[in-house]
Amino acid sequence: MLLIVCPWCGPRDESEFSYGGEAHIARPKNPEKLSDEKWGDYVFMRANTKGVLLERWVHSHGCGRWFNVARDTVSYRILAVYRMGEKPPKLDKTTYV
Amino acid sequence: MTPRYSIFSLLRNAASYHQDWPEAWRSPEPKPSYEVVIVGGGGHGLATAYYLAKEHGITDVAVIERGWLGGGNTGRNTTIVRSNYLWDESAQLYEHALKLWEGLSQDLNYNVMFSQRGVMNLAHNQHDLRELNRRVSANRLNGVDSEFLTPAQIKAFCPIIDLREQGRYPVLGASLQRRGGTARHDAVAWGYARAADARGVDIIQECPVEGFDIEDGKIRAVRTGKGRIEARKVGIVVAGHSSVLAEQAGFRLPVQSLPLQALVSEPIKPILDTVVMSNAVHAYISQSDKGELVIGAGVDHYVGYGQRGGIAVTEETLAAICELFPMFRRMRMLRLWGGIVDVCPDASPILSKTPVEGLYINCGWGTGGFKATPGSGHVFAHTIARDEPHALNAPFKLDRFHSGFLIDEHGAAAVAH
Ligand SMILES: Cc1cc2nc3c(=O)[nH]c(=O)nc-3n(C[C@H](O)[C@H](O)[C@H](O)COP(=O)(O)OP(=O)(O)OC[C@H]3O[C@@H](n4cnc5c(N)ncnc54)[C@H](O)[C@@H]3O)c2cc1C
Ligand SMILES: [Zn+2]
Repeated sequence: MLLIVCPWCGPRDESEFSYGGEAHIARPKNPEKLSDEKWGDYVFMRANTKGVLLERWVHSHGCGRWFNVARDTVSYRILAVYRMGEKPPKLDKTTYV
Repeated sequence: MTPRYSIFSLLRNAASYHQDWPEAWRSPEPKPSYEVVIVGGGGHGLATAYYLAKEHGITDVAVIERGWLGGGNTGRNTTIVRSNYLWDESAQLYEHALKLWEGLSQDLNYNVMFSQRGVMNLAHNQHDLRELNRRVSANRLNGVDSEFLTPAQIKAFCPIIDLREQGRYPVLGASLQRRGGTARHDAVAWGYARAADARGVDIIQECPVEGFDIEDGKIRAVRTGKGRIEARKVGIVVAGHSSVLAEQAGFRLPVQSLPLQALVSEPIKPILDTVVMSNAVHAYISQSDKGELVIGAGVDHYVGYGQRGGIAVTEETLAAICELFPMFRRMRMLRLWGGIVDVCPDASPILSKTPVEGLYINCGWGTGGFKATPGSGHVFAHTIARDEPHALNAPFKLDRFHSGFLIDEHGAAAVAH
């Protein structure tokens, strides 16, 4: 069970949150011009990193706000929490095979 | 030549106190090159190698496994086998597998303990009921055995379910696939390994694949813990690690790797002679031949490679199990573990060519690929040998996420198996 620090509410139990997957996916600027490949990538292809993953969480049973988390997906350690719109902090890359 | 297992070999070896059984497969050092390298020694990878040798005469094959055979999801799953999927494409693929299961022990000369004890899926509300009825009808149109049970019929088939309708999860009906059941997970890996080895396939354990050599968009070799191994063709069959290897080969997958847990109880006398599943409450249960209740939980909804999940997830499952089977309330649990399941957005697998020539991928089976092991290996071997998909896996291409031809099996696959 993760202990997640909501930037607004502080440390709370994982069960108060919902997962939003990969962070920082930009909505295509020119949707009408986008090829099927690009659309498919935007909608379906996801980072699924073994190591440090930048991901979104929402405090759904709390303040209801979205935020970003940098988490090691092997140790499950949360390395950083930062708000929407903020740039990810510089972190050492752990590499696992 | 691998000696055949039979009543006679059993008697002969009894005379020497079972001390002289030959190894079931060799453990050779890898050769510098192979025609086909299969990455991943789970059930699907080993089955692929076996059918490459058996159906296509390709025996210059190595299966390269980072750990031990079946140490991934194959040896961690709750072993439910069934084929009652909704859409034509999936029904045909899983039914192909079920037909192979029915003759597998004979084919491999290895007892995989396939037990067709029936699989029952419960409906707890009106919506479940409608979905279930739709699926039963769709299954029958596809030639997949499936029947609808009323609560009275459920009680007759599985008397220990609580049908007093007092609980949180009243049971309003069920579907039953009588040809479904369970199999011994390790035996599936070992049986395929032994049969593949007998046909000349090299099985190499404790050897992680760390990268690929690709030239002009064509696969040349895999880089491993035991050195570089050249290959004309390579099949990636690594379940939870699919995205990691795809990234090394330079393409992306729509897969998310999630922790999925299961647990077993202390062994008890025979009490449950079928498989009971409930998608709505995320619980499924059967009893192993050793007497343990085998219980599967839901996934943790975040990416996780740790082979462990949150306790809240198993708690929810156990609450549902106790609700359905009040007599299990005082059971003690012996072991709890997790696997890393590779979940696709449409809950269907990917059996496909990739953007790299000579590189093929078999993944996305998520929470429910054990049942497909023989069929998956069979059609994937065809895909590799012919460089084109078998008719049964043609719809399960990687580019369906670009074309939009998704095969949405969330209803039939859900979290349960
Ligand atoms: C708890 C749980 C319960 C389940 N219950 C059911 C069920 O009841 N019914 C059902 O049908 N399905 C079930 N499943 C799903 C099923 O287990 C899987 O879909 C299926 O076993 C996948 O088989 P596989 O051979 O593709 O993968 P695996 O058995 O995971 O094999 C992949 C192998 O690849 C190896 N590997 C990974 N990376 C590398 C590398 N870099 N180099 C070399 N080797 C590598 C791994 O070590 C592993 O041995 C369950 C899964 C879990 C976790
Ligand atoms: Zn909050």
